[in-house]
Amino acid sequence: MLKDDPLHNVLYVDLSRKRFHVEARPDLFDRYIGGAGVSTQLLLENCPEGCDPLGPENPVILAVGPLTGLFPLASKTVAMFKSPHTGNLGESHCGGRSAVAIRMAGYGAIVINGASELPIYLVVNGDRVFFRDASTLWGMGNSLTVGRIIRERESQPGLRTIMRIGRAGEQKVSYACVSVETYRHFGRLGLGAVLGSKKLKAIVISGKRSLPVADSKEYRKLYKDVFKSATSGATQKYHNLGTPQNILPLNKLGGFPTRNLQEARFEEADRISGEAFAEGYLGRRLACSHCPVACIHIAALREPHESEPFFYKTSMISYDYEPIYALGGMIGVGDPEGLLRLLDRVEVLGLDAISTGPVLSWATEAFARGLITEKDTDGLRLEFGDWKTYLEAINRIVEQPTELYSALARGVEHASSVYGGEDFALALGGNELTGYHTGPAAHVGHLVGARHGHLDNAGYSIDQKVLVEKKLTPEELGDALVKEESWRQVLSSLVICFFAREVFDMETVVACLRSAGLKFDPSALNEIGTSIHREKFRFKYREGFSFDSLRIPRRIFETKSPVPYLSEEYMRAAIAHVKKKLS
Amino acid sequence: MRKRLVIVDPERCVGCQCCMFACSRRLNKPGLAQSSIAVRSNGGMERGFVVIVCRVCQDPPCARACPTGALVVQKGGGVRLMEDKCIGCGACAEACIVGAAFLDSETNKPMICVQCGFCVDFCPHGVLALKEVIDNDAQG
Repeated sequence: MLKDDPLHNVLYVDLSRKRFHVEARPDLFDRYIGGAGVSTQLLLENCPEGCDPLGPENPVILAVGPLTGLFPLASKTVAMFKSPHTGNLGESHCGGRSAVAIRMAGYGAIVINGASELPIYLVVNGDRVFFRDASTLWGMGNSLTVGRIIRERESQPGLRTIMRIGRAGEQKVSYACVSVETYRHFGRLGLGAVLGSKKLKAIVISGKRSLPVADSKEYRKLYKDVFKSATSGATQKYHNLGTPQNILPLNKLGGFPTRNLQEARFEEADRISGEAFAEGYLGRRLACSHCPVACIHIAALREPHESEPFFYKTSMISYDYEPIYALGGMIGVGDPEGLLRLLDRVEVLGLDAISTGPVLSWATEAFARGLITEKDTDGLRLEFGDWKTYLEAINRIVEQPTELYSALARGVEHASSVYGGEDFALALGGNELTGYHTGPAAHVGHLVGARHGHLDNAGYSIDQKVLVEKKLTPEELGDALVKEESWRQVLSSLVICFFAREVFDMETVVACLRSAGLKFDPSALNEIGTSIHREKFRFKYREGFSFDSLRIPRRIFETKSPVPYLSEEYMRAAIAHVKKKLS
Repeated sequence: MRKRLVIVDPERCVGCQCCMFACSRRLNKPGLAQSSIAVRSNGGMERGFVVIVCRVCQDPPCARACPTGALVVQKGGGVRLMEDKCIGCGACAEACIVGAAFLDSETNKPMICVQCGFCVDFCPHGVLALKEVIDNDAQG
């Protein structure tokens, strides 16, 4: 690492004692690059074995990488924590201004330990750290208002990130998210609940600095090449229609989970497609800091106030593929305006949209089958497509007026263990299904992935690009998933957005690292990827993970996918192979 | 006729801040510390962005406010900093009501756009352009 690069500085904040200090950790950054690699080590160091994910001893770690601030699209922050949703490794990635702000504040990672008794928000302004009273913000109904108040009170607009939780995080819903710059999220695995348990309402980080490079001339040339490739070709689809461009192709293929995966095609998909939203509602596009792609799509929803004629409000609501799957197809909502209202509601309350969908879809099916009744639902008659009732149900998941809602606030794995209906409780590894019923690779990928997210190993892509054409043995599938996931450990340690994975091939990564003064050759990088992958499983095993006890909901085999040989036997064989490879 | 950096349409701005990184990189200082252009949200990202950069005043208040004559008015408008004369008092930053005289946090000296147009090549969304202008005051 170059002498003046502040990347190896780790900021430790103790919320219990309201103290902080900085430690230089070149040992971690030299060996594990940054991002996922470094934060895994910091988690292993700071998280006591078997700790309560919602107790003060569960640390929250945020990390960025050496290319952040130097090259476009190294724009993600990796959060690492013990997940209250799965009770195991919690890893979530987020863009917005977060990564650049942490780097410009002069840190490679931030470790937040302890818990406050008083609701607070944390301000990191370069080398200064402040603990601010957030009593007035606690309990506030709308997380967007929280963002506005902090925005107006704190300094350095444009150079800061504002991460905050909503009511769902305060109420410790195990899949509460952390919202960043309003429209980006640490979405999955319940980081919001962890912050809620620490009485930490928000984190503001800002800074402004210059970073050293090894050779200015070489760096500027390389930057230009990377920028050019990032603004042409592979990434353009994310700018044009954005991630929802996948709705129609996935639906046509028969891989779009619909009505709790009772079907894999939604007859109203064309009303909630990327095309339909772009034509009818797209109001603005946004980008994360240092990302020229601008994939964030914001719909403008104009709604009348029912009490008065000619009186309207316009809400700006972000939409993406996964939230459309979860709160559209999965619960049978084909009305685009109803869907936008649902997306807005989970935004306002601070829930993970992806988990909320399968939770509601399970409850809807359980209600139809009589496993739960109106007494449990607090009078709501859940029905696929009825978005108005779903709006109410989402409020109740957060406020938890009945035992059912308290159970739903812990996800479908838990709710179905209480009320039954495991066969159609669509969680894999304890985390709700993502929007791909493309075949065995997506589902196995989800089960064996280190963080139980679909972007771990791109199983959905193997289904669509390989398995629909030719059969792989379970072993070949397992090998392909592990190989991809190991390489993605390198990318997520560099905190490169996965949307730019084609821009950052091995050669480009090596050259960019050279600019940052780091000499890694391809074989060293591949080894680091494998090693980080294993280190994550070291934590997972430590916390009780077992490949042998993974539950596969029967519904997955009942609904036809585009790959004809989706069977439990095949999936179990692939899982067993991955187990062997990772042990 | 001289060229000027023009904000063609701030409504097209997606807030990526690649212009800011470009401006700093131009001075071989990667990062954000040396940027003479700023992009921030217009009170929340849902309302879009504000792009702040010197608008090349004909009679620049920043130059008038400078007690040491360090900001020299250019033909056609705008200023150049004579760094040796600058004492880092920050009066220029106070005087610029659009906030386009940025202070270098290390040296306290102002960083004001010199209309080089380096950032334009790194704005992929058509917000910025370098244009020949006749009457500065008529420009956005």
